Amino acid sequence: MRRAVLLALAMFCLAAPPVAAADSVNPKADFKAFRAYFIKRFPKVPLNDFVNGPYSMDAGLRKQWQAIDAFPPYQFAVDKGKQMFATPFKNGKTYGDCFPNKGIGIRQNYPYFDAKSGEVITLDVALNNCRQANGEQPLDYTKDDMAALTAYMAYTSRGKPFDIKVSKDPRALAAYRNGEEYFYTRRGQLSFSCASCHVQSAGDHIRTEVLAPALGLVAALPIYRSAWGGMGTTSRRLRTCNSQVGAVPLKAEDELYRDVEYYLSYMSNGLPISGPGTRP
Amino acid sequence: MASTIRVRAVLSGDTTEVQALVQHPMDSGFVKDAQGKLIPPHYIEVVEFEHAGKAVFTAYWGPAVSKDPYIKFSFKGAQKGDDLTISWVDNNGMTDSLVGKIQ
Amino acid sequence: MRTEALIKLAVVAAVCGLTTAALAASTDDFKAAYAKAETAETQAGALKNQWTTTAAELKAAKKAADAGNFDEAIKHAEQAEALANASIAQAKEQDKAWTKAVIR
Repeated sequence: MRRAVLLALAMFCLAAPPVAAADSVNPKADFKAFRAYFIKRFPKVPLNDFVNGPYSMDAGLRKQWQAIDAFPPYQFAVDKGKQMFATPFKNGKTYGDCFPNKGIGIRQNYPYFDAKSGEVITLDVALNNCRQANGEQPLDYTKDDMAALTAYMAYTSRGKPFDIKVSKDPRALAAYRNGEEYFYTRRGQLSFSCASCHVQSAGDHIRTEVLAPALGLVAALPIYRSAWGGMGTTSRRLRTCNSQVGAVPLKAEDELYRDVEYYLSYMSNGLPISGPGTRP
Repeated sequence: MASTIRVRAVLSGDTTEVQALVQHPMDSGFVKDAQGKLIPPHYIEVVEFEHAGKAVFTAYWGPAVSKDPYIKFSFKGAQKGDDLTISWVDNNGMTDSLVGKIQ
Repeated sequence: MRTEALIKLAVVAAVCGLTTAALAASTDDFKAAYAKAETAETQAGALKNQWTTTAAELKAAKKAADAGNFDEAIKHAEQAEALANASIAQAKEQDKAWTKAVIR
């Protein structure tokens, strides 16, 4: 009898499936812990100020930024983006026709998980989908035109709180988890993860730069970087971060990039859009 | 065509604080493009701010100044509502100018 | 006398044979080393974890081989293979290790 019980037990253990990753994915719990960590670590920073990245971490840098912000260097890109946005496609339709609220004040809802395609859609991808649906060529995800368009859309959404949804759809949870994994995985010969700089070393220096905290990190995108002398897209920043740690960058808007943007945006839920940002 | 110059001039007491942003590539002539060819030099040589017919600020720029330069300075002797004329000329002989109002 | 000459001839022929064999081995050796490095780099690519230094070494290997410096080329190819393998090891290790870094 005992032997039979033991055998049954053994068989049950062998037969029981391993706990699926999706079962243990809990975005809400992650969100709470993530937020609590940064609030505890930087008690003097008002919650909404995290979206200002290095300026929330360094007073001297903040003063310089406030002086520059009187004449924001991004305004040429925003003006160009506004003009692009208003210019109809060859078929007469406009970008506004592809988006809710005519595309104004909606940047805070991106990225979102598209149930139909089973993929994460970022704002940049949505813009190119709009172009292609209207017979236009897609824009390069790393160049000035996409940077100008997204800068304008961020500008019209300034102050609006991030509202990213991660539903119970296992594919959405998987995308979220892949993004989380990407964020914490070390890569490149320097073996840095995104977290190495934006969690562990948030507020510290890397060479002459002050590292922005991961909380609110994506709220400022796209960014005008003085180092670039111009506006750069999310894709440009992610790919540059990769090569800076010695990792060969993925293709712009690769699934993993979209997933990590999804994860980081969800973590910043409730925080206001501060883009387009100005950075050193 | 839109002006390349943005200006904000604010009077505070007897001092006018001026900030301006000029849109210009400011190519030094030393940078190569993606194909490895040198981008020819194209930079502002002189930028001038005039008030009541007199130059209140003149800058002699050149290849060392970066793209889309920003200027900030202050001067005395202006009144609210006065005109402030900004003009520049570059090494290719291109020019632009703008008249702003002192607020 | 004739035997001596024959022996000398044989030795010279043998040495020549060896030398040409050594040169031919270098080209083949390089091709083999480069192929091994490329295979490892492709594997790293499948894991989406290639290093920029690996790519640089592969490029240097090709350049040296094109110039006929096979010894140098093989050194670069072997270094590329080592870096590619290190990046694969990193990916495999990180596959488990990343969860430890998550803020909980």
